[in-house]
Amino acid sequence: MTRLGAEQRHRIRFTLNGEAIDRVCEPRMLLTDFIRHEIGATGTHVGCEHGVCGACTLNIDGQPARACLTLALQVEGSEVRTIEGLTGKNGRLGVLQSAFRRHHALQCGFCTAGILMSLDALFSRHCDANEAQIRDALTGHLCRCTGYAPIIKAALEAAAELKGGSNREAIDA
Amino acid sequence: MKPAAFDYVRAENLDEALDVLRNEGSDARIIAGGQSLMPMLNMRLAKPRILVDIMRLDELRKIEPKQGKISVGATVRQAELLEWPPLDRELKLLSLALPWAGHAQTRSRGTICGSIAHADPSAEMPLTLLALGGEIVLRSARKRRRLAARDFFLGVMATDRRDDELIEAVEFPSTGNRRCAFREVARRHGDFAIVACAAVTTGRGVRFAVGGVADMPVCREFDALGGGAVDDALNEFAWDLDARDDFHATARYRRDLVRMIGRELILEVTR
Repeated sequence: MTRLGAEQRHRIRFTLNGEAIDRVCEPRMLLTDFIRHEIGATGTHVGCEHGVCGACTLNIDGQPARACLTLALQVEGSEVRTIEGLTGKNGRLGVLQSAFRRHHALQCGFCTAGILMSLDALFSRHCDANEAQIRDALTGHLCRCTGYAPIIKAALEAAAELKGGSNREAIDA
Repeated sequence: MKPAAFDYVRAENLDEALDVLRNEGSDARIIAGGQSLMPMLNMRLAKPRILVDIMRLDELRKIEPKQGKISVGATVRQAELLEWPPLDRELKLLSLALPWAGHAQTRSRGTICGSIAHADPSAEMPLTLLALGGEIVLRSARKRRRLAARDFFLGVMATDRRDDELIEAVEFPSTGNRRCAFREVARRHGDFAIVACAAVTTGRGVRFAVGGVADMPVCREFDALGGGAVDDALNEFAWDLDARDDFHATARYRRDLVRMIGRELILEVTR
């Protein structure tokens, strides 16, 4: 049995957006803080820090998860994806991101990264996700700017695009 | 909003985890999915000296039907049970209630047993376990014991679990042909329930359980009710729950919900 002492930093290995991470951290360090402060990937936002607001949502082993309710040490050996991993080729916006831009589905943008990660996880499992499924995924997020309607429109359009294989990215580029 | 410092043990087998609990007692806390415990740690409502991560224990990641019950192991995540193919047939009530337990983003990591260990009075898993007359299997380095859900929950986040015990599994009686219904009122789908209700048919009538009102989920049998008798019995139940006003709702609103949802659910399962 290995007991990792509270005051020491311990080795942690996982992949972040496909890149191998091999660092150290204290047991109490949250995944949010590890990713933002140790790695410097600040796309994952920190809101309420008790799992309610959804701003810190990312992907762990293909599932959407709250980074603020996860200790960095708990993702040892996992595959983690964040908003930085959602960008398309050559730094262009991905399908979901460009749909959000077209529909003004964000204003301040604080909640956006988390919402995109939840929708990305939804679409990767249900490429034909309907409005009810999209609304259900959005219940795990708080947005105080948009009133959600443009978010739902953008998500529906992105879903149609992903399903139909049509490519708005080419138009937007 | 950061946890106080703690030592961290990543248990490789069940005995290791039980040893830590035996040696450290109340200073140690088990962490599985962490979706109930992490908010407590972040807000420093819980400050364990040592955290024992049991999620690597594949021996506890089992959903097993046995003798009319479905045993759900300590590391089975809520999303995994929700996706268990026979769920709708074996545990209809869970297939109705699980989508209300947190959000997809928390069910992906939170466990069934973790929610029961946490014993939030408004949580869906304790409510459904109680409504179905399920059992909790507690394990310590010394022994294993079983406890009925009605004896396990003692109050707000208080249970009969001893400091050296962990929940090894919970057992839900299979719902089979019994009819089930579930309904909940919350400010936002997936938030803590203002009132959550479950109804299950029994041989004699209906077992009706309510969460979010009293200090723990409470259930009552409603036998062969006709006409206005249902309303009278529900009214009595609503008052007996001793609802209180809080930030989210008044006691009166909660009693109204119990009466109204109760009537709907009892009709739904007995129709």
